Amino acid sequence: MEGGVAYENDLNLKATELRLGLPGTDESEQQSLICVRNSKRPLPDAGNECLPKGKSDAQHQTIPAAKAQIVGWPPIRSYRKNSFQQKKDEAEGHGIYVKVSMDGAPYLRKIDLKGYKGYPELLKASENMFKFTIGEYSEREGYKGSEYVPTYEDKDGDWMLVGDVPWDMFMGSCKRLRIMKGSEARGLGCGV
Amino acid sequence: MNYFPDEVLEHVFDFIASHRDRNSVSLVCKSWYRIEKFSRTKVFIGNCYAISPERLIARFPGIKSLTLKGKPHFADFNLVPHDWGGFVYPWIEALARCRVGLEELRLKRMVVSDESLELLSRSFPNFKALVLVSCEGFTTDGLAAVAANCRFLRELDLQENEIEDHRGQWLNCFSDSCTSLVSLNFACLKGEINLAALERLVARSPNLKSLRVNRAVPLETLQRLLMRAPQLADLGVGSYVHDPTSDAYRKLKDTMQNCTSIRSLSGFLEVAPRCLSTIYTICPNLTSMNLSYAPGISGAELIKLIQHCRKLQRIWILDCIGDKGLAIVASTCKELQELRVFPSDPYGVGNAAVTEEGLVAISAGCPKLHSLLYFCQQMTNAALITVANNCPNFTCFRLCILDPMKPDPVTSQPLDEGYGAIVQSCKRITRLSLSGLLTDQVFHYIGMYAKQVEMLSIAFAGDSDKSMLYVLNGCKKLRKLEIMNCPFGNVALLEDMGKYETMRSLWMSSCEITLGGCKTLAKKMPRLNVEIINENNQIEFNPEDRQKVEKMYLYRSLVGPRNDAPEFVWTL
Repeated sequence: MEGGVAYENDLNLKATELRLGLPGTDESEQQSLICVRNSKRPLPDAGNECLPKGKSDAQHQTIPAAKAQIVGWPPIRSYRKNSFQQKKDEAEGHGIYVKVSMDGAPYLRKIDLKGYKGYPELLKASENMFKFTIGEYSEREGYKGSEYVPTYEDKDGDWMLVGDVPWDMFMGSCKRLRIMKGSEARGLGCGV
Repeated sequence: MNYFPDEVLEHVFDFIASHRDRNSVSLVCKSWYRIEKFSRTKVFIGNCYAISPERLIARFPGIKSLTLKGKPHFADFNLVPHDWGGFVYPWIEALARCRVGLEELRLKRMVVSDESLELLSRSFPNFKALVLVSCEGFTTDGLAAVAANCRFLRELDLQENEIEDHRGQWLNCFSDSCTSLVSLNFACLKGEINLAALERLVARSPNLKSLRVNRAVPLETLQRLLMRAPQLADLGVGSYVHDPTSDAYRKLKDTMQNCTSIRSLSGFLEVAPRCLSTIYTICPNLTSMNLSYAPGISGAELIKLIQHCRKLQRIWILDCIGDKGLAIVASTCKELQELRVFPSDPYGVGNAAVTEEGLVAISAGCPKLHSLLYFCQQMTNAALITVANNCPNFTCFRLCILDPMKPDPVTSQPLDEGYGAIVQSCKRITRLSLSGLLTDQVFHYIGMYAKQVEMLSIAFAGDSDKSMLYVLNGCKKLRKLEIMNCPFGNVALLEDMGKYETMRSLWMSSCEITLGGCKTLAKKMPRLNVEIINENNQIEFNPEDRQKVEKMYLYRSLVGPRNDAPEFVWTL
């Protein structure tokens, strides 16, 4: 809370200040995040750190709420927000790019999950990319018939077997893919 | 008052539809209570935890139509954790067990499982209407059960629900003998559907008046559907992508000419540019238009479209229409009663899409306007005062300035005077939402003038407890109060505890109330359920009374604390 505001005049301590947030994030963004979650309303007459002082600052833009994503604000139904986001992604051509690694391969690849309609296409593409074959998927036994098992890291950080959840759910939760090989794979999903 | 036989009174009561009036009727005397009790068929329950299904059935054994609301309103904005509650299953189970002749079920913000939908579909042979708004927890499998088993289904209306789409064949599950559909809305479904099944269903539904499809329904199918159902009054378009030179375009244009009954239009979930001229033929008859899910329509095209729609009474659009577009709405749509302008880019800044100018233009041009939801970049006191003078008939006034706590950009003043003018001029306001830079003063005005206000939503406003006290003391008809990020504490919370029993509910999040304050309230008011939502274990195992409570939701209830609260919800 202290870090964000001491630099206003005088010494440009900004360059060396310790503050919350990743390096490179805008300081006005930090200000607004701090101010707003504090739930203390800045009083216009008290010289509050969050609002510009005095009427001369009429032109000065106040808290850029655009960057500060406050929970519950703006008050738009999440259904609506989600449909905007999806459309925005589609309009801007945003893909869902995830890294794909294969045990033993010298470098990783990146693929756009949105480019595939479902698991069969994704797995086929991976097979082509790394020149290997995946076995047959079954819910009970995972992938049988090959020493390669496709896995992914989900939002919670867990390593999951590819194919268990519906495709949409997978697209939403997959952070990266890893083609496991050999004995490690056997532990996870290879039907032995 | 016993001059009339029961049948006569019953007949008279038949004309009384409003549940509030029927509530009053039942208070007159014992025999009126009894007659009203057995003749009531529609019941509205604003908070599903205020009463139990068993007591409902005992009170109104003849119930045929039930409306239930579950989660608090702020759940819409992600403020309520998943699994908070609002399960419909116990209600359906009880109604089924007691063999109630249920025909209609309307749910809002409730958790609906496939299991509940299956039970519903099998338990009520005369079931006719299912309306789900902002619900979640079910999949298309549940819909399949409803389609298959509700042989006399008239209405299946799914609005803005989160539905897991198994891409099954739920539309195929409507039996061939089901010909009773009047209203079908599945616009919120995300997956593919069986187009042939949809066409057959529409073909055998001669009474179909309302059809809203999802984006998986392409234009060619739409044209065939309209051919089979030229009597439609309400149309929700899915995908509207076609090449203006194609056959499909010409066919559609011809078909549209025959759709002279369409009064309400929505959807356009996918639109190709310059495709809209085909619908100009139906525009002159439209009274309601919802293009708020159609970001593919540019501001310029919107404006061209609206110029054909002189009879519009309700418009829901995106802010890409701009202030200039709103000025055109104002000069074209003289019958306008309800306007909602949604942000096309909620987190964007600087795309000054709509400002106070648009609102002022609307207020000047549309004298019948009484309901407003307006998301904008900025607002001025002068504009609000002008709006207040132009439109004294507001019943619902909801203003959302995207940048919280933003002052009047011209004067740098808070917006107290502007809102003050609104509440002073609009004596019939029942619903009010505020935003922008606001001090205690605005609440002073609200307490003084907003005597009819029933629902008030406040965020980032006020300087002290005085604000909340003004509201609690002055707004005699207040039923729902929801507050986020305001400096209101225990003094305000505890000043008039009896008031909360006259209200449906109170929500306070990110305010200054403490655990001790909430405990005191809960202890003194046994007929209130005071719930604390303790996410992420903010309140540790041995909490101190001084600790601030991040989220509190309290509501009056006749049945005590609920037994389905999850771990993170504490009822004090």
